[in-house]
Amino acid sequence: MSDSGYNYRVVRGFAFSALFWLVIGLVVGLWMAFEMFDPALNLTPWLTFGRLRVVHTNGLGLGFGLAAIFATSYYILQRLTRIPLLFPGLAQAHLYVFNAAIALGALSLFAGMNTTREYGELEWPLDIVVVIFWVMFAINVFGTLIKRKEKQMYISLWYIISMTVAIAILYIVNNLEVPINLFKSYTLYSGANDANVEWWYGHNVVGFIFTVPILAMFYYFMPKSTGLPIYSHRLSIVSFWALNFAYLWTGAHHLMLTPLPEWIQTVAMAFSIFLIAPSWGSVVNGYYTLQGNWDQMRTNYLTKFFIAGITFYGLQTLQGPLQGLRTLNAFFHYTDWVVGHVHMGTMGWVTMVISASFYYMIPRITNRELYSVKLANTHFWLILVGQFTWTITMWIAGIQQGAMWKATNPDGSLMYNFLDTVSSLYPYYKLRFGAGVIYFIGILVFAWNLIMTVRREPNQSEA
Amino acid sequence: MGITSKPVVFAVLAAVVILIGTTVTVFIPLFMPSTQPVSPYIKPYTAVEQEGRDIYMREGCNNCHTQTVRPLRTEVLRYGEYSKPEEFAYDRPFLWGSRRTGPDLNRVGGKYPDSWHYKHTAHPQSMFEKSNMPPYGWLAKNRLDTGYSFKKTSTLGYGYSESEVQQQIDQYRATVTSASYPSKESRDQITPPELQRELTEMDALIAYLQKLGRDVKKMEAKK
Repeated sequence: MSDSGYNYRVVRGFAFSALFWLVIGLVVGLWMAFEMFDPALNLTPWLTFGRLRVVHTNGLGLGFGLAAIFATSYYILQRLTRIPLLFPGLAQAHLYVFNAAIALGALSLFAGMNTTREYGELEWPLDIVVVIFWVMFAINVFGTLIKRKEKQMYISLWYIISMTVAIAILYIVNNLEVPINLFKSYTLYSGANDANVEWWYGHNVVGFIFTVPILAMFYYFMPKSTGLPIYSHRLSIVSFWALNFAYLWTGAHHLMLTPLPEWIQTVAMAFSIFLIAPSWGSVVNGYYTLQGNWDQMRTNYLTKFFIAGITFYGLQTLQGPLQGLRTLNAFFHYTDWVVGHVHMGTMGWVTMVISASFYYMIPRITNRELYSVKLANTHFWLILVGQFTWTITMWIAGIQQGAMWKATNPDGSLMYNFLDTVSSLYPYYKLRFGAGVIYFIGILVFAWNLIMTVRREPNQSEA
Repeated sequence: MGITSKPVVFAVLAAVVILIGTTVTVFIPLFMPSTQPVSPYIKPYTAVEQEGRDIYMREGCNNCHTQTVRPLRTEVLRYGEYSKPEEFAYDRPFLWGSRRTGPDLNRVGGKYPDSWHYKHTAHPQSMFEKSNMPPYGWLAKNRLDTGYSFKKTSTLGYGYSESEVQQQIDQYRATVTSASYPSKESRDQITPPELQRELTEMDALIAYLQKLGRDVKKMEAKK
């Protein structure tokens, strides 16, 4: 094969880093899920729910999510430019700096160094390290793109470019802060402005980490895995630019009915509805790609992951804008419904697509056969059932809690005190914990399958 | 499409597209005074309250408690008057939160005596058997570190001199350690003897909670 010059060492390093942080992040998640119905697990200050929640979100978003994105981006970049990474040493250093940053980040959050600004909780020294590792990544991306041998850049590369540009803007603007000492700083913004900046960041960092690069994977690995070209190139162009344009207007739908000026909320609401179009552009593109070949759902284990993944993306991008409507938001906001919404995206869409991308990529970069397709199927069904049970349970819990908050007696007084609205959810929290365990077992099967794959003998024919 | 063969032009164009919505909905409001109005009735936090706020942040209380009452009938019934933008002028960062596992706290100041907070924060289940709030009794075992209090309040632009900060700290210590402090009994129950004459992290946290939503009442009264 002509692969020999490609740098796959760093791809492999990031892929297994992703698996490591995934397992850690899920253990923390299960711990917290248990604390939700039994506070006895708040054993020490660093195991209290308030601290663990940020370890969970940062560990999975920054740790697992970014590592998987860097792994697949470095792979896609080399394949689609048809040259090796321009700076392999820098990429290797990127891997080490990244893992050091995530480990220090987890420790600092356990210790309570928390700026409290959602999905950007790391204190300022680590913010600087995060910027440094993104710059290291960007240098390789743009260097390799400029020197590329393939004239046209395929869709996946567009998404990798827009992610890199958007994250740079988002991360730097959001994390402008004044240090007090090495472990403490205050943001530059105050009150309503801080809320507005933070949710512009919070919404878009999710968009440009859990949507844009996952679409890069989808557009590359799905045609590769199925042997079918993307249905419509034009649709992907329109979707790409519309998504990048519209996403940035929508952050304030997280701040409905708060003291933020109403016009910002209303603009966010309108653009959220608009976002359905480009999101579904990719969903439709995915479904139509399979046109006439739906038998692959049975015959090709990877196709299942991609189609289930894009389906959850479609549901997610319908549910999100609807939740953003002021009237529906008044009911659902602050309840477990939103927690269910987020986890459909992360446990469904994101993990499904990353799983299939890894199953396609790891055997190829290590020149080995996948250890077990049967285990991959087991993994699929466990995470599907786990995720679905998880999210549906939380939606029902959210509806119940929203309704109990609003319920009034005939004389106009409140029907339930706050504690009743919490403790009546414990059965759901127990079910959610169980669903999380099923999902976690699925992820362990996934990790086991990939570890056993790389421990096999290399393929003879390639030697 | 010519730009798909020009990566740098493509990146610049993507940045421009991304910055349009950002500019209109985030950058421009930053320079509009109406986004974050101020009121003379809303006073900055004292040095002790600010230390309490930092402990609230350190423990991630915002992960379960919101601090914004929405203008909805049942919400106003449950928590009190809905939140006004002026209230948050000194909040760096904002702590509105995104999930209400516990109740909203924007109107909690003055709702209960300090003794209630000492008991509840240390042992939530002793007051509400079914509560899932973690117990925070260990905060009363930590001496409050005021080493950065002046730097903090001056960075945040509260305008206190160094001696004023020291005075605020001394004054609050005198209040909670005095023999006539109404919540003395419940404070002493959770505070180790060697710290009973000192300020603890628990004292600061409760000072902060008692500040929430108090100034706005004066602002509303003058309307």
